[in-house]
Amino acid sequence: MTDDRDFHVRAVAEGGVLGGGGRGKVDGLAKITGRSVFVDDLVLPRMVYAKVLRSPHAHAKILSIDASEALAMPGVLKVMTGEDCTARYGAIPVAQDETALALGKVRYIGEPVVCVAAVDEETARDACRRVRVVYEPLDAILSIDDALSADKPFIHEWARKPSNILRKVDQEYGDVDAAFAASDLVLEGTYDYPGSTHVPLETHAALAVPHADGRLTLWSSTQNPHYMHRTIARVLGMRPGDVRVIKPDIGAGYGGKCDTFCTDVCSAWLARALDRPVKFVFEREEVFYAHRGRHRTKMWLKMGMTKEGRVTGIDFKAWAEGGAYASYGVVTSFYLGVFMTMPYKVENYRFQSHRVYTNHPPCGPKRGHGAIQPRFALELHLDRMCEALGLDPVQVRLDNLIEAGHETVNGLLVPSIALSECIERVVQASDYRAKKGSLPPGRGIGLACSAYMCGALHAVYDNDLPHSGVQLKCDRSGRVTIFSGTADCGQGSNHMLAVFVAERLGIDPTDCTVVEADTDLTPVDLGSYSSRVTFMAGNAALQAADRLRSQIASALAAKFKVPVESLVFAGREVRGAWRPIPWLEAVDIAEGHHGTLGSVGSYKPPKIGSRLKRTSVGPSPAYSFTAQVAEVTVDQVSGVVTVDKMWAAHDLGRVLHREIAEGQIEGCVYMGVGEALLEEQAYRKDGVHMTPSILEYRIPTVYDTPEIQVLLVESHDPGGPFGAKEAGEGPQLSTVPAIGNALHDAIGRWLTNPPYTPEKVWKAIKGR
Amino acid sequence: MPTEITLRLQINGEQVRRIIPANRSLLDFIREDLRLTGSKHGCDVGDCGACTVLVDGAPQLACITLAAECEGAAIRTIEGVTDGGGLHPIQEALHRHVGAQCGYCTPGIVMAMTSLLEADPHPSDSAINEALGSNICRCTGYTKILAAVREVARPGSPS
Ligand code: FES
Ligand code: FES
Repeated sequence: MTDDRDFHVRAVAEGGVLGGGGRGKVDGLAKITGRSVFVDDLVLPRMVYAKVLRSPHAHAKILSIDASEALAMPGVLKVMTGEDCTARYGAIPVAQDETALALGKVRYIGEPVVCVAAVDEETARDACRRVRVVYEPLDAILSIDDALSADKPFIHEWARKPSNILRKVDQEYGDVDAAFAASDLVLEGTYDYPGSTHVPLETHAALAVPHADGRLTLWSSTQNPHYMHRTIARVLGMRPGDVRVIKPDIGAGYGGKCDTFCTDVCSAWLARALDRPVKFVFEREEVFYAHRGRHRTKMWLKMGMTKEGRVTGIDFKAWAEGGAYASYGVVTSFYLGVFMTMPYKVENYRFQSHRVYTNHPPCGPKRGHGAIQPRFALELHLDRMCEALGLDPVQVRLDNLIEAGHETVNGLLVPSIALSECIERVVQASDYRAKKGSLPPGRGIGLACSAYMCGALHAVYDNDLPHSGVQLKCDRSGRVTIFSGTADCGQGSNHMLAVFVAERLGIDPTDCTVVEADTDLTPVDLGSYSSRVTFMAGNAALQAADRLRSQIASALAAKFKVPVESLVFAGREVRGAWRPIPWLEAVDIAEGHHGTLGSVGSYKPPKIGSRLKRTSVGPSPAYSFTAQVAEVTVDQVSGVVTVDKMWAAHDLGRVLHREIAEGQIEGCVYMGVGEALLEEQAYRKDGVHMTPSILEYRIPTVYDTPEIQVLLVESHDPGGPFGAKEAGEGPQLSTVPAIGNALHDAIGRWLTNPPYTPEKVWKAIKGR
Repeated sequence: MPTEITLRLQINGEQVRRIIPANRSLLDFIREDLRLTGSKHGCDVGDCGACTVLVDGAPQLACITLAAECEGAAIRTIEGVTDGGGLHPIQEALHRHVGAQCGYCTPGIVMAMTSLLEADPHPSDSAINEALGSNICRCTGYTKILAAVREVARPGSPS
């Protein structure tokens, strides 16, 4: 294991482009000068605007819609209802349950019902208010218990066997009961993890443009241009080749922009109906209804341990409240359990989950999708068992760790892991051992670990095609253009692509232009979800760069009569001939030798893991690991919790760019602190959102954010590009349980239901 | 139709005169009428800071400011943060530290920090927090942004 600081120094000394080192990122200058172009910044001739009217009912039949008054208003061009576009779609092929606008009935308060196109936004908004919709309210399903009850109506009727349970998963590996019988301690506990939402600062936006030849361009603030492309073509009944999806700069997503939204479908439908460009941008409040955030999850966990601290078996049940549509919920139902068999060795594991429908805004993938909730339960539970057995939480974690090459009982093969180093480094940096149990009253320290994936082995629709494609163009100008279907959401994937290509060709990342996320121009990439981009698109970029390098090398070898192997690409030149050949000249020679230069690369995950059949959701080509320590102070009078500092050590395989990697981890910890202390997507008893604004929902400001110390740990994954793994999602998993464990150290109570609001903490202190 | 007014003000050093609806927000005026799209809509109700511009040197939330109120004022937006182009030191530092991930909050933050540093070139940590307190960044956890600001505020000392 290399120390990351040495690595950084070495990378810089070698003149390589890996490491970062205060050089920014390729699209950084546009961002800091406000020149990045987001959907809402685009204006086109003849462009009109769309707005929607939303449902005031949690569950109701739509009896009639009368838009005559709206249509009579000057400036109103078109009114669209659910009947205009009836094709059902959804993120996952087995659960296509959405339409762009409610069709026949509404399923949550805030669901889009009618869409109006008008000459400006204000007119469209006013016109929406003048549409008369008559509803017949239905009994609403507003909790997990409601959804499991037999006497409630069904929210959806499309399935062969209608049910308010979208998916139930049952899995068992090994012999859990025998394992418990052989344990010195078997502990049961329940946990209730809250729902929360992404709040990307840019609201969802789309701009659809019809063309003279009948084609359509859709600019969308999407994380997944490829899936969006398929959905839009299918829903509008167009040939995929006639639809072009472009993702411009987006104001982040964190999973919240993975789905297709009414902004996309309505703008596209209206653009074709009106033959004019249509822009549709959500207002802030609407983002809370579009949601797709964290599922509120109730959990029951039973775990066995020997008196030496070895984990013998886990029995785990989870009930996830999913809201009114499936979104990625089928996948969530698996993610809730699949990663419980790492990073600690668990040979006996039983798992059951229910992902249910309720009449709330739909849940979906939020950073750490489905894995956040069970990780919280497991890490708190582990500390509780350590306490009961009088064991050291650090040692117990270290003793149970899996090793590189381990295949979990549910079929996940782990090629690399440096978690023991992560644990040692956070424990040391935070002085955990000295502080644990010895801080003054009201102060505490806690540790937690986690594991996450680097992309899924399977696409959301079954196919045998590459998951990532990269194409390179290079000519006598010396510039290398990288075409890739990836979607940079701010995580820095554009820069990563440039780093991979530049490092291989011996040039600088700023010598590359990245053209991304345009389905007419860029090869398919599945998108920014499941932390797949660095790993998968990175490998594709390396393959393309290697092929381009071979072309150039073979031309130079022929001209200078040297073996290809002797040529070294570095410092904007090619060395190894009798004189160094400047990059420009090298490209010139290669273009003359071969004709036009270009290359492609692709990545398809290997079929790994011998028990693959058992778990089709969860297997990944590699896994990242994190250890975190939280130090907290609790005001005993008010119950206010302050996180004083967070230490996060993350095994990211290899550091490709220090500041970007640290920034991803800091962003994860930040979001975790929000979920631990402040944030909750909560509803009143009648289904009304309690906090649909940035002020009320309470995302952390600079005042609420602790100091975060990041420690980068490298494990050099054998399949990762330059050994790299993910860094943008996994680190959020251990933040909340680290804070939960610290809270116990501070006040002697296990708080199993974040967010840790003053009220909850105060009640815990008072023993209520 | 709302009443229209004639508005005269200075924007990034340029004098402009426009006839606008009296109820136009400063943010819409800047983005729609002047086509300066660097200032962003994040919430439109004063909760996020993405629309922060400088009105006579002081940071103001353009989404909840009426354009009409700015008659005769000098407005600075991200497009005019430095006089003759080039980067402001805070922009340079943000770039080096990768203080912008998605970059949506960045123009507002650059403006808020510019105003802070012009009023006090060496602000304390608590002054920095106060100046940054009404700008939400959902990506970075503020860590890299603070590192950049501290570097500009206290050149030479480790951030
Ligand atoms: S857009 Fe002005 S404060 Fe959010
Ligand atoms: S960089 Fe994305 S919100 Fe700040």
